[in-house]
Amino acid sequence: MKTLVWVEHDNAVMKDATLAVVTAAGKLGEVHALVAGSGCGAVAEQVAKVAGVATVHVADDASLEHGLAENVAPLVAKLMESHDAFLAPATTTGKNIAPRVAALLDVMQISDILSVEGPKTFTRPIYAGNAIATVESSDAKLVITVRGTAFDKAATEGGSAAIEAVGGASDAGLSTFLSAEIAKSERPELTSAKIIVSGGRALGSGEKFEEVITPLADKLGAGIGASRAAVDAGYVPNDYQVGQTGKIVAPEVYVAVGISGAIQHLAGMKDSKTIIAINKDEDAPIFQVADIGLVADLFTAVPELTGKL
Amino acid sequence: MKILVPVKRVIDYNVKPRVKADGTGVDLANVKMSMNPFDEIAVEEALRIKEAGKAEEVVAVSVGPAKAQETLRTALAMGADRAILIETDETVEPLAVAKLLAKVAAEENPGLILLGKQAIDDDSNQTGQMLAALLGWGQATFANTVSVEGDSVTVAREIDGGLQTVKLNTPAIVTTDLRLNEPRYASLPNIMKAKKKPLDTKTPGDYGVDIAPRLTTLKVTEPPVRSAGIKVADVDALVGKLKEMGVGA
Repeated sequence: MKTLVWVEHDNAVMKDATLAVVTAAGKLGEVHALVAGSGCGAVAEQVAKVAGVATVHVADDASLEHGLAENVAPLVAKLMESHDAFLAPATTTGKNIAPRVAALLDVMQISDILSVEGPKTFTRPIYAGNAIATVESSDAKLVITVRGTAFDKAATEGGSAAIEAVGGASDAGLSTFLSAEIAKSERPELTSAKIIVSGGRALGSGEKFEEVITPLADKLGAGIGASRAAVDAGYVPNDYQVGQTGKIVAPEVYVAVGISGAIQHLAGMKDSKTIIAINKDEDAPIFQVADIGLVADLFTAVPELTGKL
Repeated sequence: MKILVPVKRVIDYNVKPRVKADGTGVDLANVKMSMNPFDEIAVEEALRIKEAGKAEEVVAVSVGPAKAQETLRTALAMGADRAILIETDETVEPLAVAKLLAKVAAEENPGLILLGKQAIDDDSNQTGQMLAALLGWGQATFANTVSVEGDSVTVAREIDGGLQTVKLNTPAIVTTDLRLNEPRYASLPNIMKAKKKPLDTKTPGDYGVDIAPRLTTLKVTEPPVRSAGIKVADVDALVGKLKEMGVGA
């Protein structure tokens, strides 16, 4: 089977999410990668070095600069004439593009796979991760999005793929990119951080969140996450949200501070290796999944913890 | 402009789903069902656009069993003008729903179709994008802000790392994210009025769409259970545990 992997990038650097997809694609067959963008030659060279990639297809066109699905999907659909499966990371980019490709190919997409069980059989979470479905596709071609935390990352060195240019990109004239506001952060990116410190509504305000959570995260070299309640209350920006409707993370250590543990939040973090919960309510559901729990007032316990590390 | 809002009847988001012992699926017998939360946000946004004088009619549509009428009545009680139920007891996958909605769109000629970004039962996050592909329209997924101006719609999208703003020519597809708005509650008088609003019932056959599933669910299992953890007495004990793991050492 010839697979085509969507490379996530910002026209300068390949994003980590791509590497887990390469691993998943390798379980199906020969791995080809698609770098679609504008002035993205450097990205193609990075991808060519990734272990396991046989060929890198590069589509370099102004219409592809911002990854608009209307311009990208027809290009992918055309490449799928000579590939059997299209795999994209289950990031906002992958989720935006892949179903549009699937419909153009008249196939059902398999979303957010956790494992490859056979050439056409996969597992995926449903009901906010409260059940795992094993599904088999009857379609001639596969379109799949891959949960990044469920697969190991392919090595970024050791490969020597051929780079081939792909033509035929054009502006579909349906949509226009106007602007992007990307939150600047020196911290490890949430979905690839080894340690995450996450805060909930119990923090009470954005100032308290900053005052209590940030020093602990700094001390641990951790990424910072939040529950939906903390995001909705405006303590932190949207993209901090961990959960069914936010980001899915699986770090080595997840520290949940003042988070009760609603099922929608657990859906985003319960595959973390070790979960640590600090909460003053000893009946909070978070303690049912926590490996280490501390029943204490976070406003005294967290600064004390930060001081003693 | 007319706005079409597809809505789905799903398990209530507060209910913890139980996997059936025989592994065939999730037990939905006697479980509270509600409108998919992202679809409530889509209905709300459509109503706000109408209230701002930028749309004349809001039409809710659902694909599902006879009981999905209740979901459509909820949309009507919120303020939608009329509803269409495409009734079937079969499992309908996003691709088939998108094909049915494409037929409805061809009949209704909406300027905008507002969908939820994903249903909280199958967690697919596909239908809006597939519908956009089938119709050949622009798509703005994960909408955080929507503004309609003449024959275009400008949407700020929630993306990993921040927000991206795009402008689409209408007709267009928009899928809602959680923070787009706070859906209203239906008042009792509006619930009563909704009972008199038109609700057409159709079948997939009326639209000539083959809804046969492409995916076969071989089994549904419980996720792996985490082994029971411990509680530590104080911060010193927690620091000790962290150092054992090599964290913060």
